[in-house]
Amino acid sequence: MSVLLDVRDLHTHFTTAAGVVRAVDGVSWDVRAGETLALVGESGCGKSVSALSVMRLVAAPAGRIVGGEILFKGRDLLTLSEEEMRRIRGREIGMIFQEPMTSLNPVLSVGRQLTETVEIHLGMTPAQSRARAVELLSLVGVSDAERRLSQYPHQFSGGMRQRMMIAMALSCSPPLILADEPTTALDVTIQAQILELMKDLSRRLGAAMLIITHNLGVVARYADRVNVMYAGRIVERGTAREIYANPRHPYTRGLLRSVPRLDEPRRAKLRPIPGQPPDLTRLPTGCSFAPRCPYVVERCRIEAPLLASVEADHLASCWLANDLDRIPEPAASTSG
Amino acid sequence: MKDAQSDAILEVRNLVKHFHLGGGFLGNAPAVIRAVDDVSFTISRGETLGLVGESGCGKTTTGRCVLQLERATSGQVIFEGRDLTSLSDAELRKVRRRMQVIFQDPYSSLNPRMTVGQIIAEPLAVHGIVPQRSARAERVRKLLRQTELLPTMANRYPHELSGGQRQRVGIARALAMEPSLIICDEPVSALDVSIQAQIINLLEELQAELGLTYLFVAHDLSVVRHISDRVAVMYLGKIVEITDRKSLYEDPQHPYTRALLAAVPIPDPEIEARREHIVLGGEVPSPLKPPTGCVFHPRCPIAIDECRKEVPELRLVKPGHRAACIRA
Repeated sequence: MSVLLDVRDLHTHFTTAAGVVRAVDGVSWDVRAGETLALVGESGCGKSVSALSVMRLVAAPAGRIVGGEILFKGRDLLTLSEEEMRRIRGREIGMIFQEPMTSLNPVLSVGRQLTETVEIHLGMTPAQSRARAVELLSLVGVSDAERRLSQYPHQFSGGMRQRMMIAMALSCSPPLILADEPTTALDVTIQAQILELMKDLSRRLGAAMLIITHNLGVVARYADRVNVMYAGRIVERGTAREIYANPRHPYTRGLLRSVPRLDEPRRAKLRPIPGQPPDLTRLPTGCSFAPRCPYVVERCRIEAPLLASVEADHLASCWLANDLDRIPEPAASTSG
Repeated sequence: MKDAQSDAILEVRNLVKHFHLGGGFLGNAPAVIRAVDDVSFTISRGETLGLVGESGCGKTTTGRCVLQLERATSGQVIFEGRDLTSLSDAELRKVRRRMQVIFQDPYSSLNPRMTVGQIIAEPLAVHGIVPQRSARAERVRKLLRQTELLPTMANRYPHELSGGQRQRVGIARALAMEPSLIICDEPVSALDVSIQAQIINLLEELQAELGLTYLFVAHDLSVVRHISDRVAVMYLGKIVEITDRKSLYEDPQHPYTRALLAAVPIPDPEIEARREHIVLGGEVPSPLKPPTGCVFHPRCPIAIDECRKEVPELRLVKPGHRAACIRA
């Protein structure tokens, strides 16, 4: 599969009163044509900022990309003018945000928001764009599409608004869609509908999808490959099957173990990751996960491990990645 | 219609809560939202009852009615043998000490201008339970210990704490009054995954140690399964299924429960690839215009004609297992 998006050594920083936050701290990953890639991690890990960096939507002046390259179809997006970037957004890379109510314009009708995109990017006439808007809404399962065009976002339910966002993201048939927590704000049954829809559409249109989420179940159901992020870095990468079956980073292991699962017999106690998420303005030397890691050794506190191969197509950034299975499971603490 | 429950600490009988919206102008009938529409259940001492459902199902309003944060439209809430709906404000204030709540949002449920110590001690001072300051300080220390927070936390302000730490403060505050029943309203949904497990474990440990009873309101089915002894599933103001945890998750009888369980993705790609994905069509109907008959029938994969006409009774379909479906 050809590489569509190639992020190389990206660094994105935020200047805050408390200091500089290295939100994205040297990450490299790629998305191949037609695949679904997941960026997984908890709040503050840098996954959303990574997507915003790709779209060059990082909030300036506090936030800025300070290093790296973002190659989309071979062109470095970081070297483009804002004008050129505007032609990429929507047309080449579609984006679906988490909170549809805050991402949609409340004073423009649904129809206007859909037609606007295709008129600008594809040069359609009003008649053509209206037909396209109806087509798109029907495509995403909004019934009675013709009538819906004149409605406003607040008249749509959460699930419907998200469908509208998907319609907008797909309107120019972009080869890549970035979806940042697209279903987190939705009910479980609606979430299932929306994700099935996204998967189905991306397959039919041949679009690649980058899904950003903290939900390990969603990743298992929909992703081909996975990047696990922690404190601004990628700590593990591999196919979904490989990562879940054979996690090689203690953080990934910890995450998978701490989640209650519907299919397993109910454990007497969950096995949480001890401690607190890291303070990004005061990261420790060495591995950022060391303070919480049950396997920690001296070296971890001195030297930050690099993302290295542990198997074919499976990388982890841990000095003990190859030995985790041989180390007896450290006595788990049950609470923070 | 009650199952025989020994030592029931809470009994909710035919609880109804309607919200009246404007209207009634120019002859229009005022709009009514039947947020809770004839809900009944009991909880035994030391038990955890999980209350699950999606947004708008009425689970949070049910919790609020139990706490008397909302006054029920009709029905009874019998706590430790006394019907809360018939008590005066003064009597209610006393009884309420034994019933506490933990809220979802650890960011908005703590007063930002008070220290952690003040927040936890406040109920003790307000109710005059522990009048001396020194005794209160000692109690605060004990509660911090119980919720695994350092004693130095007492002097911090909420904004200095992480989400998980704030939630522990919320729990400590709830424990200050030595309640017998705690309503947990989505206590972990706003927390990161790795912290959720810590808080769930803590809640379970405290329950065992202090003999607490929980009404656990949540939308996350995996979390509810882990912590609950029994589970009730709600949809549009009604309980559609209620049974013990094992039966609900292994042998769900109501089509909505089945769809809900199928919608939850399991963190295992191998299993997910093999699972049947039941995707429920349509949206949750507006509570202003609930469907006739069974409220679920418009989205139900096995609905038949009768379903439109009759409201199904929450009846016993197996021992200890009730479902509101004529086809169960």
